[in-house]
Amino acid sequence: MLIPISWLKDFVDITLPIEELARVLTMAGLEVEEVIYVGLPFPEGQIEGRSGAHQRPETKVSGIEWDSDKIVVAAVHEVMPHPDADRLVLCRLDDGGGEQIVLTGAPNLYPYKGKGALEKPLKVPYAREGARIYDGHKPGQVLMTLKRAKIRGVESYSMICSEKELGISDDHEGIIVLDDDAPVGVPLVDYMGDAVFDIAITPNIARDANILGVAREVTALTNQALRSPSYKFEASGAPIAGQAAVEITNPELNPRFVLGLIRDVKIAPSPYWVQRRLLLAGMRPIYNIVDATNYTMLEVGEPLHAFDYDVLVERVGGKAPKIITRTARAGERLTTLDGEERTLSDFTVLVCDSEGALAIAGVMGGAESEVHEGTRNVLLEGAAWNFINIRRTIADQRMSSEAAYRFSRGVHPAMAERGVRRGVELMRQWSGGVIAEGLIDNYPLPSSDPSVEVTPRDVQRWLGIELTPEEIADILRRLEFNVEMNGNTVRATSPDHRLDIGAGVTGVADLLEEIARIYGYERIPETRMADELPPQTGNPALEKEEHMRDLLVELGMQEVVNYRLTSPEREARLLPIGTGPVDASYVRLANPIASDRHVLRRSLLSSVLEVVELNARNRERIALFEIGPVFRPSQDGSLPVEVLRLAIALTGPRAQLSWQGGDTTAMDFYDLKGALEELFAGLHIDTVRFEPDETTPYHPGKCAQIILGDNRLGTMGEMHPLVREHYDLPETPLIVAELDLQLILDAIPGRHTIRPVPAFPPVLEDIAVIVDENMPAERVLEVIEGVGGKMLVEVRLFDVYRGEQIEAGKKSLAYSLAYQAPDRTLTDKEAAKIRGRIIRRLEQELGAQLRS
Amino acid sequence: MLDQLEQIKREALSSLEAVQDDEALAQWKVAHLGRSSPLMATFDDLRDVPKEERPAIGRGANQVKQALEASYEAKSDALRAAAVLQSLEKEHLDVTLPGRPVLRGRLHPTTQTMRRIYGVFAEMGFQIYLSREVETDEYNFQLLNFPPHHPAREMQDTLFVDSGTERGDNPILLRTHTSPGQIHAMREFSAANPDDPPPVRIILPGMCYRYEQVTTRHEMQFNQIEGLAVGEHITFGDLKGTLSDFARRMFGQQVRYRFRASHFPFTEPSAEMDIECFVCGGEGCSVCKRTGWLEILGCGMVHPIVLQNGGYDPDRYTGFAFGMGPERITMLLYRIEDIRNYWANDFRFLEQF
Repeated sequence: MLIPISWLKDFVDITLPIEELARVLTMAGLEVEEVIYVGLPFPEGQIEGRSGAHQRPETKVSGIEWDSDKIVVAAVHEVMPHPDADRLVLCRLDDGGGEQIVLTGAPNLYPYKGKGALEKPLKVPYAREGARIYDGHKPGQVLMTLKRAKIRGVESYSMICSEKELGISDDHEGIIVLDDDAPVGVPLVDYMGDAVFDIAITPNIARDANILGVAREVTALTNQALRSPSYKFEASGAPIAGQAAVEITNPELNPRFVLGLIRDVKIAPSPYWVQRRLLLAGMRPIYNIVDATNYTMLEVGEPLHAFDYDVLVERVGGKAPKIITRTARAGERLTTLDGEERTLSDFTVLVCDSEGALAIAGVMGGAESEVHEGTRNVLLEGAAWNFINIRRTIADQRMSSEAAYRFSRGVHPAMAERGVRRGVELMRQWSGGVIAEGLIDNYPLPSSDPSVEVTPRDVQRWLGIELTPEEIADILRRLEFNVEMNGNTVRATSPDHRLDIGAGVTGVADLLEEIARIYGYERIPETRMADELPPQTGNPALEKEEHMRDLLVELGMQEVVNYRLTSPEREARLLPIGTGPVDASYVRLANPIASDRHVLRRSLLSSVLEVVELNARNRERIALFEIGPVFRPSQDGSLPVEVLRLAIALTGPRAQLSWQGGDTTAMDFYDLKGALEELFAGLHIDTVRFEPDETTPYHPGKCAQIILGDNRLGTMGEMHPLVREHYDLPETPLIVAELDLQLILDAIPGRHTIRPVPAFPPVLEDIAVIVDENMPAERVLEVIEGVGGKMLVEVRLFDVYRGEQIEAGKKSLAYSLAYQAPDRTLTDKEAAKIRGRIIRRLEQELGAQLRS
Repeated sequence: MLDQLEQIKREALSSLEAVQDDEALAQWKVAHLGRSSPLMATFDDLRDVPKEERPAIGRGANQVKQALEASYEAKSDALRAAAVLQSLEKEHLDVTLPGRPVLRGRLHPTTQTMRRIYGVFAEMGFQIYLSREVETDEYNFQLLNFPPHHPAREMQDTLFVDSGTERGDNPILLRTHTSPGQIHAMREFSAANPDDPPPVRIILPGMCYRYEQVTTRHEMQFNQIEGLAVGEHITFGDLKGTLSDFARRMFGQQVRYRFRASHFPFTEPSAEMDIECFVCGGEGCSVCKRTGWLEILGCGMVHPIVLQNGGYDPDRYTGFAFGMGPERITMLLYRIEDIRNYWANDFRFLEQF
């Protein structure tokens, strides 16, 4: 919301420096996002919108200041042709210091060319030599200094300014013609220098989306009285009664509807000061009647709609028109003034007459009945609408307007009458029309402004400050609440320009917020909670999850976090060649923002593979993991299932190549298996098994399922080369795993015990056994450990050999064994006995042979 | 005899001085401490010495022997030290060559920041409470005092789930904030003891989603950490105290900050907390959009309706809540200019943390 300071001053004195006022408003919840200077001098230390060294900015500042010596009001007395150029004119003007001849190309001066001395001089903004203004010919706002130059043989040293050159708008089509009463020779900054606040309006301060609203906040914050606008209008025409009527069919949707009538208006441009205010507030001036509706809306917050009265009369065959408000009939159509023909929904409220729809209530008028340059008589509407219904309508019709912006946030019904009164009076002043006596006011659902009780105890309990009932009452009165006091209780009734105060406990909170805002958040002292400390339960599940992250990082892996939104096509890349996207059911978005992210992921593996693919362009070696949820829809349309998973991917050389070499062979199945074993060891889950598996998307011979008790935790293995081809990846083995995180977290023991550090030395020895090629190593290990019992404290496989010295179809497994007793040093004889038993059992059970 | 011993000692020590290597030292040992050395000969000669002189001469001979042995040890150590020194001189490294690469893993930067935030609040007694990412409109909005069609919903454009069934005003959606967890938590705690619910002090981290075009400054998916404290004596002053303690821990003890009025439907009064821009020191720069301040969190006193919906009587309990974006805080701390870095997972970004 753009708020020109000059306009604000109509209602309140500005007693603070502009930047301090911006800060005070910001702290009170009217965030001033930018102060745009349009003439007034910048705050101390800030030059051309950049902050100086000794002044903290607090608010973003931009704009232009008008030098009071060099930019003044002048009067053009004669417009003369240029001797050599048709498109240039020479103006003889008086700048208060004497006569000047000024060259300009402004087309709006052509009509005066060669007409001799003007009967009524034109008042213009005049920039003398050396003035700093915006360059009218460059895009955007670029400052320049006026310098003496010769243009087509005529000396030029000064300029009559356009709006663009002074920062008022981006219009450079012609020069500004000021109102006739502009005082010649006066610095322009004193006549119309301004600054504009750009304020962010949150929903709770919808009432402040207008000049008067902001002025009210300023009065409350600076403890002044508001100069309320006059809502009187000067009527001299025949009474409106009998010339128009209103029928409201649903007061819930349309609590109030007010009409005013003004006849014999003369459509013309508005006075320049009006145009300038509209421009600075962000609206284009059109002509006086339309400007009066916009001006009123910007000023007091009530959107108005002006109908061409004669069109309405003609529609009903010359009778007095009757306005009817009702919801649309199924399939009803209306062409709105943006030129679109719209099909309306049955909840849309329309402003109609007996012949049909005239306007979408509170949003936009229809093309047929709008005012135009030939309009003579105007029927002015001010109404109150149900803001939720207006929201539904603009969402349904995908349309927006200044009126809808306000009505969809709530405008108090009292403003409907005030708006019409102000609107018709401005039309009279600017167009010379005659206002009909009285208003038509149909108000079937009067507003009930809530009364709320608040006490010093409430203030203490919520805000932590001690205020007396009088102090509370004073703050609320400053905000125009109607306040009654009864002992300690302050009873405040919401004023009839705001709808944000609720009833009951909500109302108390609403008042406490107002009290805190006006008292000042800055003045509320900081305290540390004295309240009872709740039970300190921790979050064991999250602690385990974070521990797991730490372990994976310690194992050398980078954590990644992906979008949870994906597409079935992206996930289908994990499927073997020839299979299309599976039918798997996904959690789908109803309003996706991107076509490739319209479902929630089912596969965490798919997510991490996309990261591998991205990084494979810059990295040979990748080791990463992600912990996060995947999503499955429920069968009955209720909330989806969210399952936490862990995915890991490894690819590329085992170590980074350095000047000393390093193991740069590609990581394989056993690198990931080793990492997983270490992970489970770190979590003290020691009964995890790896069993061969054949499943997509894995290499059928290099895949294992990971099992804990009766649960399958997940799968690991090398990616099937044909699946890997779906990704833009080198032909290096890619080793991945995806596991159910919840099952792992559940299996982590609450505590574990340690073995004492051995006091006696172990007996170490190696054995190598020859077994069939297809004998799983795990079987051999099981036998060795089974026989070895407690004395066998470590078994480590250090060699797997196939080749010359071994029979074909066999392999040799070499183990180093450590025997140890907790209470004594084992003798070689004892160790040899265990070893003998191990070998006998391997021979008997697995047909193994001792390799000598 | 004693003079003779003195002579033996002098000669032995002077010849030791000339010894330069292990071989010569071994020869010296044979010559001066060996069986046939003059010193040993004096021990042999002792029996020829008159009985009364024997103890003195024997003592003298032993002293000389000890002296020579000590000198021998000293010389031996000196020779070894010299030899080691000599060999080490040949082993000079180029210390400027790079070390052997060690591969380490890292946590995602968001995880790192979230853990810092957890840590600060844990020390103030806040426990971590997690809840689901796909929610109902009821929990994400209605119970938090956002009625259907309320204007405040516009501040949070929502991604809805196509649930396949007509759910009226309670559609399924991706949570737009972790606030539904506030209701889950309060209901869980108050259900255990409805007449006397326990105080609450939790933080609620997790992934949230908005209907937002992804740009350098906006994400459709982001983490949030909210906090909630409910008790019988909690005030706006406590909110300010707690969050300013947090800001000092996170951004430095000297940080300047301010609380300015704002609006959230589930808190009232509401505030935004700004800290002085640490990029420009408050002078105004592009990071703080020339305001000198950085918005870091939203906060406020828990709305009575929200307390009520959680099973806490607003006439007895008050509370405060706050919410912040760990990605935004990480961006500010490390001057990350493109929010899309987070979920892109480019190692060239991730490896800088």
